[in-house]
Amino acid sequence: MPGLGASFGRGAATNYQQDLANSDCILIMGSNMAEAHPVGFRFPLQAKEKGAKLVHVDPRFSRTSALCDLHVPIRAGTDIAFLGGVINYVLTEEKWFKEYVLDYTNAATIIEEGFLDTEDLDGLFSGFQPDRAQYSPSEGHWGYEERGSHQQDRDQGQSRDEARVSEQGPGQEAEPSASPSDESHVQASEIDTSHVREVSEKLDSRGVHGPGLMGGASTHETERGSAVEAPAGEPLQDRTLKHPRCVMQILRRHFSRYTPAMVSEVCGCSEADFLRVAEWLCENSGREKTSAIVYAVGWTQHTTGVQNIRAASILQLLLGNIGRPGGGIMAMRGHTSIQGSTDIPTLYDLLPGYLPQPIVGEDRGGLDDYVRFEGLPTGYWTHTKKFMVSLLKAYYGDAAQPENDFHYDWLPHLDGDYSQLPFFDRMARGEVDGYILFGQNPAGGGPNAGLHRAGLRNLDWLVVHDWFEIESAVFWKDDPTGPPPSEIKTEVFFMPAASIPEKEGTFTNTQRLLQWHDKSVDPPGDCRSDAWYVYQLGKRLKKLYEGSADPKDQPLLNLTWDYDQEWPHPLPDGQPSRIEGEPDIARILQEINGRNLAEVDPATGQPKLVGGFEELREDGSTACGCWIYSGCYPEPNLNRPRQRVRTANPLQPEWGFAWPNNRRVMYNRASADPAGRPWSERKKLISWDEDQQRWVGLDVPDFEPDKPPEYRPSLDCTGMDAIAGNQPFIMKPDGRGWLYAPGKPKDGPLPVHYEPVESPVENALYPHQTIDPTTRFFEGPLNSLAHTPTREFPIVACTFRVTEHYLSGPMSRFNSWLNELMPAMFVELSPELAGEKGIVHGEWATIISARGEIEARALVTRRIRPLNLKGRILHQIGLPFHWGFAGESVGGIANDLTSLVADPNVSMHEAKVFACQIRSGRSRYPAGQPTKNYTPWPQRNPTPDTPPASQPEGHLR
Amino acid sequence: MSASKPSAKTSTRQPQPFSPQSLAKGSRLQGASLTHSVCPYCAVGCGLNIYSKRGEVIDVEGNPESPINEGTLCPKGANVFQLVHNPHRVKTVMYRAPYSDHWETKSLDWALDRIAERIKSAREKGFAAEDADGNRLNAVRNIGTLGGAVLDNEENYLIKKLFGAGLGVVSIENQARI
Ligand code: SF4
Repeated sequence: MPGLGASFGRGAATNYQQDLANSDCILIMGSNMAEAHPVGFRFPLQAKEKGAKLVHVDPRFSRTSALCDLHVPIRAGTDIAFLGGVINYVLTEEKWFKEYVLDYTNAATIIEEGFLDTEDLDGLFSGFQPDRAQYSPSEGHWGYEERGSHQQDRDQGQSRDEARVSEQGPGQEAEPSASPSDESHVQASEIDTSHVREVSEKLDSRGVHGPGLMGGASTHETERGSAVEAPAGEPLQDRTLKHPRCVMQILRRHFSRYTPAMVSEVCGCSEADFLRVAEWLCENSGREKTSAIVYAVGWTQHTTGVQNIRAASILQLLLGNIGRPGGGIMAMRGHTSIQGSTDIPTLYDLLPGYLPQPIVGEDRGGLDDYVRFEGLPTGYWTHTKKFMVSLLKAYYGDAAQPENDFHYDWLPHLDGDYSQLPFFDRMARGEVDGYILFGQNPAGGGPNAGLHRAGLRNLDWLVVHDWFEIESAVFWKDDPTGPPPSEIKTEVFFMPAASIPEKEGTFTNTQRLLQWHDKSVDPPGDCRSDAWYVYQLGKRLKKLYEGSADPKDQPLLNLTWDYDQEWPHPLPDGQPSRIEGEPDIARILQEINGRNLAEVDPATGQPKLVGGFEELREDGSTACGCWIYSGCYPEPNLNRPRQRVRTANPLQPEWGFAWPNNRRVMYNRASADPAGRPWSERKKLISWDEDQQRWVGLDVPDFEPDKPPEYRPSLDCTGMDAIAGNQPFIMKPDGRGWLYAPGKPKDGPLPVHYEPVESPVENALYPHQTIDPTTRFFEGPLNSLAHTPTREFPIVACTFRVTEHYLSGPMSRFNSWLNELMPAMFVELSPELAGEKGIVHGEWATIISARGEIEARALVTRRIRPLNLKGRILHQIGLPFHWGFAGESVGGIANDLTSLVADPNVSMHEAKVFACQIRSGRSRYPAGQPTKNYTPWPQRNPTPDTPPASQPEGHLR
Repeated sequence: MSASKPSAKTSTRQPQPFSPQSLAKGSRLQGASLTHSVCPYCAVGCGLNIYSKRGEVIDVEGNPESPINEGTLCPKGANVFQLVHNPHRVKTVMYRAPYSDHWETKSLDWALDRIAERIKSAREKGFAAEDADGNRLNAVRNIGTLGGAVLDNEENYLIKKLFGAGLGVVSIENQARI
């Protein structure tokens, strides 16, 4: 979630779910929390019971809206316009939190001369390169003005920053591990910038399909081409906030056109509703109160997804709600461990712990060049080299030595975008040979699923690890829209997977909490855990390559791959496990935690486990598989994710382990005022204790524990020493929250309302710039678009979830209990639209987009209301995206209608909103039949070792 | 009113007319092993109590101790039982030959050997040590993997380690973007 990373430093939910109960006002937007995260919704309801205001801003009235104090219906895809309106309200009504904003954000920072805003350029920022459809942040002068770079500013004395004079606090020598080393922490001024520029230009030239430079789910904070955005010198500031180029003034100008009237026109909501939301948020923020914002995929799945989150971040910074109890931004992530799968990424452009995957050409000098590129001279990322070297030691063991640069060169380098969408685009064109799925279903769940199926049909071989015969496993025989099997070449291996109670390991939930799940029983038959498959496959591959002297095979041959465990090991009920060759999961988690290779633990005879990432070194004496998880397994018998201890501390610090370092509220230094005192008794979390000379409180401080609030670095400080005692955002090179993000999101330093790629409406805010100019298209016969403003497809469609099903259905449509609760695909539409089109409730309707058509049962309901956009009536419909052609319950695939377009930051598709048409009656394509028979009760055998009288009813029936 | 009806005021309970069947009734969880797990559906992260007897899962409930769900579960969490006991679960390796219209049952060893060979030969074909300008690449771009958001962290770690750091595959992806 780069929107959060760009704003605060780490791309993850700032607070923990239970903390929502401490909020005074909660804005739920881009999320149908009651439906999609039902149990998490307990906490907003607890807040409501204590008197908090709950607001739901969403196109559809849903189970969430029903329980909120206010539901504001808006047109899908206009969230930035709405939030921009609130930001404008906060600024014009002067409701922002003065002390917080002045010290904790970059409001006072002065931006380079030459930067031009969308106000100046009619919807574009400076630095736009039309031929490449990209921004060049350096050409656009998005960066901070550096001290000394513009002499006249200094002479005018307008921008004196009192922060960097030499009145250093006593803690200046604190934290020796943060002290800079000789090689890795080169000041930006010492960087050979000509080299940087040359490489950036080379990469830029790859055009729209080029590498995702700052992209990826890149929650990573490091900025490529950091010479532009992360000046090592202290940025100039104007603490009066009057300088025309200071962030506060840029912000005021930028959002000035987001007036209540404009919000109403663009979003289709009433001015009164909008103002009520803005007032509630302002009334419930400040010293005594905090407001929280909750979002989910309703925000991220847009071409402007990253900027939606940026807008929320700006609002929360202005209101002073970050780092404080009951505040923050709760990103409600979709999958059980989706946070974990970005932290320890199965993502093409990231290595564990948000270290970027190396990019071709940027590191001719090897590891040190990489560190120079990806590290930052100030803030926490000065430690980049320690993290990288420790990772290489975990990967390549003894083969990684200082003499050979720890074999950094063995890591694959990126020469383009290998994320899912472009890769399937390539697959559909026959350029990919083989593919392996681990519990994912692109044939039903991928955007423009039809194109994804075309991709699978064009592979030589496909491996599917799953529990059931999902769409992606049977696309060659059961796709009602596909060719016959005799025309499909793909060789398919279906590998039966173990389910959750049949394996152990950790999940990372939406609040960064690692929780271990125990193995209860062995998987049946030949079912095996994914860990087993990967481990055994690795062993076989190593054998196949045995003896090879080819340099390309050395990474594999030297990969540490020894997770054997004693066998047979006992199951919880005392029986021996039947599964041979299961890797030792605890050992893997210990490798992730990290070890000190120079020290042997006498208890185990193994290198000692490290206690946290502060212990990692760059000389090769430590190995660590993912630095942000370090500390989760600090001792051989202390598996912290497996800890389940309730304590009197409401943060429950001994229930699981939250990264980083078990902090439950990130940036919690901001819960105290600049002098280190709590903002208020009511919203106390951590504060500076003069007697102990430490930060104390309920949470683990997200700050150097003994750095006093009055500490001020000198100008030549690097690393953590450069972060002052009143700068809570330690992952940022300037220690501040970024209202204005210089160069991070590729589509601009500030959010802008653009229309979705497919919209029946023109952009009322920026008439000359309809859509995001940096959107990446993958247009082709399989992926045609109805460009904005479309007349052919005048209805706005959004997709949504229901509680009873899950994603494209692999984990729910093979389950009779869930199918009984939610039996069939449907489309929600308003009585007005139904009347217009002659569609009858409960009968069939067909929905058509530029990609295809599907049929669904009509659910005519007042929950969807037509919107009035300045006299024009606009209809919206809602489609659940859980159905497909495999399983007990089959139905139209909503994703067959969505398109493959991507936002420039994360290659996120735009599935939440697209343009369509609807008519009554069935589709012209044949309807698929269920591939599985409905089976009401899955277990008929008696429960073992249980007297007949105590057998469950299901058995006795 | 019948004298046998227990009243809240009586301190000693009257003998009840239980049938032998009722007397034999008890919780089927008695004697079961309890393990703690986590719901594999959404990212709320509800705690599960899993009860098993003789290597068989007999019940799945919300963990009342968990500060997140305090014993509650939504329909999906309650359905974890059906992810274990499900007649539609595939329990053997299935193989579909090119252009074939049916599955064949195969052994784990057969399939793993064959997949390892497929990966090796695709890698031999696709590995590029350098790009056109002679820059270091060490990448395999004709194979990819997808998945990970319902996997354990340890599994994701192994996937990225083997396929990325070991084999040089670059297109390693999951739903985190989607
Ligand atoms: S029980 Fe429901 S709310 Fe809880 S984690 Fe599972 S799916 Fe999410």
